[in-house]
Amino acid sequence: MTSTTAAPRGVDGLAPTRPGPTDAAHAPSPIVTSLGFVARKLGLFALTLWAAVTVNFLLPRLMPGTPADAALAKLAQNGPVTEATKAAIEAQLGVPTGNIVEQYFAYLHQVVTLDFGISYTFYPQSVGELVSAALPYTLVLVGLVTVVAFILGTLLGVLAAWKRGTWLDSVPTLVGSFMSAFPYFWTALLLLFFAGYVLRLFPTSGAYGPTAQPNLSFEFFGDALYHGVLPALTILITSLGGWILGMRNTMISTLGDDYVTFAEANGLKPRTIALRYAARNAILPNLTSFGLALGGVVGGSILVEQVFGYPGIGYLLFNAVTNQDYPLMQALFLMITVSVLIANFLVDILYGVLDPRTRR
Amino acid sequence: MTTSLPPTTAAIRAPLSTIDAAPSPWKVVVRVASTVWSNGKARIGLVMLAVFILLAIFAPLIAPYGARETGFERSADGSAAHWLGTTAAGEDVLSQLLYGAQISIFVGLVAGLLSTIIAVLIGLSWGYVRGFGADVINFVVNLFLVIPGLPLMIVIAAYLSGGGIGMIIVVVVITGWAWGARVLRSQTQSLRSRDFVTAAVFSGERPFRIVFREILPNMTSLIVGNFFGAATAAILAEAGLEFLGLGDSTVVSWGTMLFWAQNSNALLTGQWALLFAPGLCIALLATSLTLINFGVDGISNPRLREGTKK
Repeated sequence: MTSTTAAPRGVDGLAPTRPGPTDAAHAPSPIVTSLGFVARKLGLFALTLWAAVTVNFLLPRLMPGTPADAALAKLAQNGPVTEATKAAIEAQLGVPTGNIVEQYFAYLHQVVTLDFGISYTFYPQSVGELVSAALPYTLVLVGLVTVVAFILGTLLGVLAAWKRGTWLDSVPTLVGSFMSAFPYFWTALLLLFFAGYVLRLFPTSGAYGPTAQPNLSFEFFGDALYHGVLPALTILITSLGGWILGMRNTMISTLGDDYVTFAEANGLKPRTIALRYAARNAILPNLTSFGLALGGVVGGSILVEQVFGYPGIGYLLFNAVTNQDYPLMQALFLMITVSVLIANFLVDILYGVLDPRTRR
Repeated sequence: MTTSLPPTTAAIRAPLSTIDAAPSPWKVVVRVASTVWSNGKARIGLVMLAVFILLAIFAPLIAPYGARETGFERSADGSAAHWLGTTAAGEDVLSQLLYGAQISIFVGLVAGLLSTIIAVLIGLSWGYVRGFGADVINFVVNLFLVIPGLPLMIVIAAYLSGGGIGMIIVVVVITGWAWGARVLRSQTQSLRSRDFVTAAVFSGERPFRIVFREILPNMTSLIVGNFFGAATAAILAEAGLEFLGLGDSTVVSWGTMLFWAQNSNALLTGQWALLFAPGLCIALLATSLTLINFGVDGISNPRLREGTKK
């Protein structure tokens, strides 16, 4: 529903950006061509950004029930709500007023000024405060593990494809495919059960101990690291397999290409063929996934954070959803969407640089 | 030399015309299946999947008790009467496990099929067209890609609380098709600059035929792979949503079993079977689909078939 309403407008909005790239496509200079490519991607990026922001606005309004009802229903549990209290609460929580157009412009103003109001659940904390408290944990934990998993997985995938049929292929691919088939939350539960409850090696919840104060001391970092081991291990175990298999599969189809056979016939060193010929082309799809995964880092790992009670963005979103905290939910969802959008834009540009065929 | 030419071309043309008539869909399916079966890993995957499907179909006959039959001893460990113990509500874990297979397999197959169909239709046309049309599709696909899957699923599930299995399938398809479309588009883009496509263009074939009859058969591996990938993702997503308590928690599925296990503190009581078994089943079912994908490589590239060393 949301996309069908947003897409036609997007087509209209595309018109002003079009003359640039079409002109550039006819220009002979390669520099102008790539500038046109970037300009076209930039125009699309701006348009998609606007559409995503609008979808985020429309989504709650297309669903049954309004955020105001949910907030008032919650209050009504403690006794009858008078009209005066209702009006006061609505004003205080910043419940949207006016018709849908006025609401839309008020919402756009909120987005531009990054002011998302006050959380229903964690009243009187503002949404902004909650998000900035949770963001560092998620960025460090999930971000670091994502980069490590990508590098390790891609290298293992290249090795597996090049040594096809040996143990270097079968062991990582079998173990990797089995591990990536693990449901995230189940791996988390098992690690929590065995390393946390049975062996008592690691703490069972939180990002730092109950007595620690978040600051920039070594003690706090050590404590945070200690608490981060199990969640990090969970994410690494479950995501590594995907990188291995993705790289291996595209690399294998690249190895079947004629230019690889040609390079072999020319007597090039196997390592040169594997890394500089086949892997360079085969890495493109994996790179796309990596860009999107990096964008997804901001969203955290909802299931893992929920199991370990890790106070990141994912856990915050889970709390917002279960408590029907609409302002928090909307802000988080927008933030997660926009970061993936930016990552996607950068990958698109990079793709054009790495594979000139897609620039045409 | 000039006199011998016409008979030669006629001789070549005769077998060509018989090849040109596309093989029947059944023949294609049988050929694809036998290619996949010939791969050792894929054979293991197919056998595992078959076992799960049989267990799901015959769950009412095999299961010792009903899925929601209560009244047994609560939180009991494994015994002769209850091989895997009982839940905190006094239900038989083994019976729930068998009935739970039905939900996972159903969601996986239906959601995987639907998202693959959408991915093929959109990915191939997106990869083939250029200019304004590609921009429009790019715009729509990007919109679906940028909206991250799990958060979107969770948010929609929160708005439609208690929507059940149908809601989960819809949410999984909405969030799942765009990945496949993007992968298929990249492959189409690189295939469309190959000589055989240029030849087809020059011989006057219509774009629709070029995309779905010339390019598509070269991507059978990717498409079949996409189906199993999408089905795996759907099974994991369904379990994840149910585990968070966002599905219908009265349905007996592997996800809800884990949801109730965590909420009834099975971690503290040390009921490892209740924690271990549903997750292992999800992992094994997902692994079987991933294993089948190993045999898929060989479908459109005979050089990758098992036993044929290059």
